Amino acid sequence: MISTLGHFVLFLALGMSLYAAGAAIYGARAGREDWLASSRNAVLVNLCLVTLAMFLLEYALISSDFSIRYVANNSTRGSLTRYKIAGLWGSLEGSILLWAWLQSLFAALVVARYSDRHQAVMPYVQAVLQGICAFFLLVMTFAANPFAPAFPVPPDGRGLNPLLEVTDMLVHPLLLYLGYVGFSVPFAFAMAALITGRLSEEWLKNTRRWTIVAWLFLTGGIFYGGWWSYRTLGWGGYWAWDPVENASFMPWLTATAFIHSVMIQERKRMLKVWNLVLVTLTFSLVIFGTFLTRSGILGSVHAFAEGPVGMVFLGFLALVLLFSLGLIAYRSDRLKGHGELDSVVSRESAFLLNNVVLIGICFTVFLGTIFPLLTEAIRGTKISVGTPYFNRVSVPLGMALLLLMGIGPLIAWGRASLNNLRRNFLKPTVAAAAGAALLWALGVRQAEALLAFLCCFFVIGTIALEFWTSTRARAAATGEGFLQALAALLLRTRRRYGGLIVHLGVVIAIIGIAVSSIYKVEHEVTLKPKERLEIGPYTVQFNDLQAGERPTHIFVWANLTVFKGNTTLTELRPGQRFYPNQQSPFASVDARYHWKEDLYAILSTFERDGSSATIKVMINPMMAWIWIGGGVILLGVLVAVLPERRLAMLTVRAKAQPA
Amino acid sequence: MTWKKLLIPLASVPIILLLAYGFRTDPKAIPSPLMQKSAPDFRLKAFDGGEVSLADLKGKPLVLNFWASWCYPACYEEAPLLEATWKRHKDQGLMMVGVDIQDTEANAREFLQRFGFTFPNAPDPGSRVSIDYGVYGVPETYFIDRQGRIVYKHVGALTPALVEAQVQSLLKDQ
Amino acid sequence: MIRRRGTWANVRRAPWWLTLGMAFLPWGGAAHVHAATNFDLEDRVRESASELRCVVCQNLSVADSPSDLAKEMRNLVRELVQQGKSREEIQAYFVSRYGEFVLLSPPKRGFNLLVWGLPFLAIAAGGGVVYLVARRWTEQAPVDRPAIDPAYAERVQRELSDREQG
Repeated sequence: MISTLGHFVLFLALGMSLYAAGAAIYGARAGREDWLASSRNAVLVNLCLVTLAMFLLEYALISSDFSIRYVANNSTRGSLTRYKIAGLWGSLEGSILLWAWLQSLFAALVVARYSDRHQAVMPYVQAVLQGICAFFLLVMTFAANPFAPAFPVPPDGRGLNPLLEVTDMLVHPLLLYLGYVGFSVPFAFAMAALITGRLSEEWLKNTRRWTIVAWLFLTGGIFYGGWWSYRTLGWGGYWAWDPVENASFMPWLTATAFIHSVMIQERKRMLKVWNLVLVTLTFSLVIFGTFLTRSGILGSVHAFAEGPVGMVFLGFLALVLLFSLGLIAYRSDRLKGHGELDSVVSRESAFLLNNVVLIGICFTVFLGTIFPLLTEAIRGTKISVGTPYFNRVSVPLGMALLLLMGIGPLIAWGRASLNNLRRNFLKPTVAAAAGAALLWALGVRQAEALLAFLCCFFVIGTIALEFWTSTRARAAATGEGFLQALAALLLRTRRRYGGLIVHLGVVIAIIGIAVSSIYKVEHEVTLKPKERLEIGPYTVQFNDLQAGERPTHIFVWANLTVFKGNTTLTELRPGQRFYPNQQSPFASVDARYHWKEDLYAILSTFERDGSSATIKVMINPMMAWIWIGGGVILLGVLVAVLPERRLAMLTVRAKAQPA
Repeated sequence: MTWKKLLIPLASVPIILLLAYGFRTDPKAIPSPLMQKSAPDFRLKAFDGGEVSLADLKGKPLVLNFWASWCYPACYEEAPLLEATWKRHKDQGLMMVGVDIQDTEANAREFLQRFGFTFPNAPDPGSRVSIDYGVYGVPETYFIDRQGRIVYKHVGALTPALVEAQVQSLLKDQ
Repeated sequence: MIRRRGTWANVRRAPWWLTLGMAFLPWGGAAHVHAATNFDLEDRVRESASELRCVVCQNLSVADSPSDLAKEMRNLVRELVQQGKSREEIQAYFVSRYGEFVLLSPPKRGFNLLVWGLPFLAIAAGGGVVYLVARRWTEQAPVDRPAIDPAYAERVQRELSDREQG
């Protein structure tokens, strides 16, 4: 019953979203407000329908209604309720439903927020958003129906992949999808601006905040995914340059480029075409990502399914690219900005270079991801493009980006004089050199590490200097105390200082990445009971092997005691989980996480009788700093994006500034 | 719209075409560099105690099958087929050897008993033979001719038609 | 507009070589690290193993992968290292059995030079485009503007940038 009802609801929702799109376009072209109002209502009805479909599927999952094939494939009677709920996005069909729901939710939010403003573009914004929503509903109605019935009805479900039955499953996909779907809003505004020809900066202001919020979620999703991978997957890493991981990284890069270059457009009304291209690229890369995940053309640990659904997504990707790029080409004449620059050495140039590097990294990641496919097409052989390649090419680019992060915020808009450069960069450069020299003295010798630290110290120096001098200037001007001035600065010019905090977070994360990869120590040893292994300052003793039954699996673990010197530091229990219907066991990692370094243990293999076990132990120094850096980034975005009262005033003043 | 402007959207077409090509490839299939080359030698101790080596089998066509007891359902599907093929052709000079990879002895013996394999089967300690043959999953079957050349490799469960055709061509070749 | 001075002309050249310089410099650093390899046994095993792809996993190296076959491959790599085989020989050993696919990073020859070279070319091209565009935009800026005392202009700039929204 739920099966037919659910499918019917999806069908209705599809019709509703198509109607909403059509009515909006007609209402706009014919100037009919009643049609426009009707289309806005249709958007809300669409949201209700898709929500109903979500509710129906969740209900089926929670009540273990195995007459629906999707429920049978993604949950079992014995699963915990929260994993039954998460089973909704456990595989293909349900994940599309989640996406469609978020899409219709965002579409409704946009309507609610802007229905009384931007009258000229809103119908087209709506039409684009509804069009995207309609696509996902179309896929579900005809190709990947989450409500497809199971016949015969199995007595119990197959269950989620055990790797996914963790709390992280409740967070990671949601964060990512919020980011992905969030990017469709600036895209819709950009398309609407192109369609209507209203290419002034209005759409920028609307979309900037949406882009930053979507960027916030995507950043959170990526960091969380790395954290999940590190704690759970059992190989001790957090990023494998897997095609689907790359596909989440690429829109992040173009969105970051957009967030920066949009500032030039705000001030100078330049780079309109480029910004539109960036918005288009970001959304296209999002669709590319969802295509990769669902088509299986590139092997990935995240890939859902293969077959006809992939073709449909490729078709949609082609449609999005041709439509948006075609529109940009069509309007390109009207997009020629007032290109004026006072000097080549200026913040504008720094931002342009920032874009070059970010797009360069994006291009590199894209090339590396599809190169195996290209090689197979041209040479007929299969090759791999993996971690060594990506690290080798992206590390230098990352360092160039670091440098720009330090230079950009302190170089003046318009023209940077020698005085300006000297005043702003002398101290941080000296501090960076001093820091690097100190590290050299402490024994750091690798060129890569020293270079990375040099750049990081430089950036931290520039950020600190900026906070210091501005706070002092403000305190001097207003007579406030130092802390008071600092707080006021943070609260009033949020965008700038939030941005600086984000940069600080990035630097912290980069320090964590650099140190944990350069100074990682790893030992894999086969031990008999009571034998010990030495790693760094720690001694790890293998006590014995134990096994126990859990509700869904059998758990085998090694009891390890960790000593530092003579004191017992902690006990670790790395193990393996054996599930009845899985061919190989899943590793269960145990580690001592600490801000200075992580001590990480994996049980590789073992003898059934417990006579020996092969343990892999690693020391990952400063790994926690990556996650801390991610947190600082999120904090910085929150500081930057919360509304500013003085925005209007400052915008007026910026316009009055001689260009 | 001028031709130059059309270039912008058209620039995306080659990428779309490349991705479409991706549907014709199988990302999981790894082409073997051993095709038409001499089969790597191996020397293994069989489950029944005897020794199996490629050198001893020279001059006879060989079907070399890699399997595991945890390889469900493919190995279980093809096992009866292998035994039947063996029984049918062993008097015609065909040799068949099974290699059990990454398995425990108890499970392997259970598998052997269940399907009543009468051709030699051996475990592969350290997976050296598997690596020598470029095995990346189970089941995989190699068809080796009298000169010791690998003429065909099949990944996945065998089908009757395929096995029969390959075996016939191996036996025919003198 | 304030007339350009001699020193100014030099600074104006800065972004061009700065861009390329930034591109070169870190690579030079990375290459230096690459040359200084460590000869401890386990380190060499890990070095070779991290260049090989675990054929039963998705995108993991033999060094990282927790799978059984990867562990056996690591043992094999250890034996090869103990036999005195070089990195290239170990790579060739596995390539002759699994094909180029087993190398986690495409060898720098032939068609693969595309994937190694294009990123660098793209960045250089991008940097070049930025420089040309920036120069064009600089020349397009209006020439006549009342002369402003540079020190005063500096101070105004500074205070404005303190208060600006970023």
